[in-house]
Amino acid sequence: MASVELTRRELVAAFLGASVASACQRQQAPRPTVPGAIVDRAVDTGHKLRGGPLPRAETFEPVDVLIVGAGAAGLSAAWRLAGAGVKDVRVVELEAEAGGTSRSGRNAVSAFPWGAHYLPSPLEDRGPVMRLLREMDAVTGVDAEGHPSFAEELLIQEPDERHFYRGHWYEGLYLRAGASGKDLEELERFDARMNAFAAARDAKGRKAFAVPVALSSDDAEWTALDALSMARWLETEGFQSPRLKWFVDYACRDDYGTTSEHVSAWAGIWYFAARQNGQGERSDGFLSWPEGNGRLVRQLLSSLGPRQVEPNVLVHTVEPGEGGCRVHAVDARTGAPRAFQARQVVLACPRFVAAHVVAPWREARPTWMDAFVYSPWVVANLTLSGPPASRGFPLAWDNVLYESQSLGYVVATHQSLRQDERGPTVLTWYLPMAGEDVKAERNKALSATYADWEALVMADLLPAHPGVGALTQRLEVQRWGHAMVRPAPGFLWGEARRAAGESLGRHLHFAHTDLGGMALFEEANWFGVRAAERALSGLGRTSTSWL
Amino acid sequence: MNKTLLFLTVLVIATCGLIYELIVGTLASYLLGDSITQFSTVIGGYLFAMGIGSYLSRFVERGVAQRFVEIELAVALFGGLCAPMLFLTFTLTNIFPVVLYGTVLLIGTLVGLEIPLLLRILQDQLKFKDLVSQVLTFDYLGALAASVAFPLLLVPKLGLVRTSLLFGLLNAAVGLWSTWLLAPVLANPMRLRIKAVLLCMGLLVCFAMGDRLTTFYEDQLYADEVVHATSSPYQRIIVTRGKRGFSLFLNGNLQFASIDEYRYHEPLVHPAMGRARKLDHVLILGGGDGLAAREVLRYPDVKSVTLVDLDPAITQLATGYKELAVLNGHALTHPKMRVINTDAMQFLTEGTGTYDVVVVDFPDPNNFALGKLYTTGFYKILKKRLSPGGVAVIQSTSPLFARRSFWCVETTLKAAGFWTQPYHSLVPSFGEWGYVMVALEPPGRHRPLPEGLTFLDEDTLEGMSRFPPDMAPLPAEVNRLNNQVLVHYYEEEWRRWN
Repeated sequence: MASVELTRRELVAAFLGASVASACQRQQAPRPTVPGAIVDRAVDTGHKLRGGPLPRAETFEPVDVLIVGAGAAGLSAAWRLAGAGVKDVRVVELEAEAGGTSRSGRNAVSAFPWGAHYLPSPLEDRGPVMRLLREMDAVTGVDAEGHPSFAEELLIQEPDERHFYRGHWYEGLYLRAGASGKDLEELERFDARMNAFAAARDAKGRKAFAVPVALSSDDAEWTALDALSMARWLETEGFQSPRLKWFVDYACRDDYGTTSEHVSAWAGIWYFAARQNGQGERSDGFLSWPEGNGRLVRQLLSSLGPRQVEPNVLVHTVEPGEGGCRVHAVDARTGAPRAFQARQVVLACPRFVAAHVVAPWREARPTWMDAFVYSPWVVANLTLSGPPASRGFPLAWDNVLYESQSLGYVVATHQSLRQDERGPTVLTWYLPMAGEDVKAERNKALSATYADWEALVMADLLPAHPGVGALTQRLEVQRWGHAMVRPAPGFLWGEARRAAGESLGRHLHFAHTDLGGMALFEEANWFGVRAAERALSGLGRTSTSWL
Repeated sequence: MNKTLLFLTVLVIATCGLIYELIVGTLASYLLGDSITQFSTVIGGYLFAMGIGSYLSRFVERGVAQRFVEIELAVALFGGLCAPMLFLTFTLTNIFPVVLYGTVLLIGTLVGLEIPLLLRILQDQLKFKDLVSQVLTFDYLGALAASVAFPLLLVPKLGLVRTSLLFGLLNAAVGLWSTWLLAPVLANPMRLRIKAVLLCMGLLVCFAMGDRLTTFYEDQLYADEVVHATSSPYQRIIVTRGKRGFSLFLNGNLQFASIDEYRYHEPLVHPAMGRARKLDHVLILGGGDGLAAREVLRYPDVKSVTLVDLDPAITQLATGYKELAVLNGHALTHPKMRVINTDAMQFLTEGTGTYDVVVVDFPDPNNFALGKLYTTGFYKILKKRLSPGGVAVIQSTSPLFARRSFWCVETTLKAAGFWTQPYHSLVPSFGEWGYVMVALEPPGRHRPLPEGLTFLDEDTLEGMSRFPPDMAPLPAEVNRLNNQVLVHYYEEEWRRWN
């Protein structure tokens, strides 16, 4: 690290925990450094917003709807507007390409995700996500009870999950090896509780825990769970098994980027209850693609013309006024100013950006701002000349390291229709920076050099895969400073989240996963469509809601 | 020093020495075949190495007793582990012959050091003529004991792995014991004792685990002589030959035995050939041994046969290994044949042409990678490559040993939208074997069986689709890419029979 000289062991302990540090201490064999790089650049560009005033253009480009942000939310808004036949829509994006945290990459071996990488298949045949999946020919039918089924080749193939513990890989995510009777009894009781939550419905017939959150029941019976942390809930319910705690923490780190101490019980339960109907069965499974949710981004983009999405545009000021908004931007590469006069604006960026960009909010900081907290993440893609050798259960789609603070890795070629699984592959490694102080976590993530990341990723993988170093041909690291909004206690059902989603006047609407309180595609899509429909009525168009 | 006990030591080390030699010789002829050559070279090499040991003994100047015990322990270690280690090398690597002769030289050299050193330890105690006479008497007595016990008692009762470990243990015990016997001439007996005890414990643990090791290694053992052994990147390929012909094993699993393979390949191929509307283009997936192709080529109507097998080592064996090439009637070099070494699933996904008959002859679904080839995902791709009026047949494991697995394959084919006809035949080398014939529509009978079959006639053909109660349909889940239930059924059912 730049500021403090850490030993290798201290570095590993700081990022991945003491167990990995002591395991990597035993892996002393010298190995050549894997070539690669840190590939993100948004940190520099985005932080320009915090500097002094940026230049303004004199002439305004007129547009009916301007969408700021080409992540899943912004593109969903554009997709909704295209569906309504609105032609004069522009999407501007700060990054060099569209996709946001669903962005993906591709090399000679495979496409691979840079962030979000799967979509739990919807339980019911309704909502905009189902519409999108139909467009993709991913839906094969709907049964008599209304449960949709999906194309077999898109559902995660078996074996889907495994975990590594002390020298051995095991099937699934719950550490059964060596579990005591009490551990298993708690697991069973936990599953029964989650199934009951999944089956629970309110008087209006709404699921207690639904996808997206907006469709969940707002009855206090369940929303009261939002006030305490998931860790606290486990305690009060008498769950003490360390294995169960790990399992729940894993879930929270996976979906929210932090542990059960910093996630509300409502959100923690939502993870286990929203995607199943209480029969104990998960939905039809997860839908995934080699490029992860990059496939969904591609589908959304296919509804737009090639000129409609403009990358490398840094919007710095949005001024709502009579009859529309004035939007000021600069070219992220040249610094040349741009300006737009938009009848409607969908600001599809996270709150901390919106607070900098929306002119009135620069004067008076919105009161809801501090409630929005974001977990940083680091994602690394490793190109391997062949699948890593492992002891125990064979290579799965999701490969979790039990004793590490990373989430392990997913295999981009897992869904390929081949019998021969020996060829080269790409592994995507995920590390949520889960500490409570997100600012400190962010600085920690940004301070590590490529050499540090290379050492960290290898220290994490080597105990599970001796020899993986020699297989790895390239390693690329992407740091996400604000990857996931955290559903901290009180946030999901609190006033701040609701208030932040309200449009500012008749011309400026907001969309982003953070408005849903969870960084999930379904939330991004829901808020994107909602904002687009508000813009549609602002344009005086009537259209049946897709929500 | 107690001389009688020392001569007993000679007896034991002589026995052990010969036992290791016999183990290595047996293993070499088991695994490499050609027992005369193997035994002759192993024994010759071993004796030669003993000569090296005897020669080297002159360089031991001081601490002769100390060296003697150390060498005892080294013999115990390498001799004791020789069988498990050689099995492992054979299973995991391609350098078995190198390791084999390395082991022969190492153990031989160490054993060759023993007697000269012992003679020197005893030289002050006895007259030369008595010394030589008594030591050599016990030496040869030990050899006799070993050569009688090895074939009659040890191999049948303990097997090679545990025999090797047992004699290593005996060797180590003698080493331990000699720290007391030779205590007067040893500088530091305690240190040697600790080493010997540790070694004994280690070997004892291995011996206790011997059962498990043996089951593991048994997979590498074949009743008949191994006449061909190679490893491809995909699998271990073994051909054995016995009185009743030869057999092919892949990763220890029998693929066919030449004596009764017709009872598998005739039922695999002819029912589908009889029901297909045309026979112009035939596709064989798997079946790199060329035996299914031989059956297909009996029909003069066939214009082309495409054989897709992942492993080039198998298709090379089918043309290059003379007896197999004769058995498959040189099918793979027939002008109508096209052999492609590629991934079958990839081949079906990427290609476009259709086939009138498809013979699916994959290994049983004993892992997830093979399990994929039995899913609705795979069968839907297969369906697209079948011409109108085309028929496919799928080898579907044993409806007797893996009853639910067999019916799972049938259920899965139905779920993929096929008309299905399950049937079975008895193949003595395998047991009852099952097949499922599938088509897009119920097919008619378009042609009679060809001339010259050994097993199938009209009555047999008809009887094959009747299932007795112990093989009757069982309810099973559909095998999909995202559940792979078949691999679980299969593993569970075969475990019960093995």
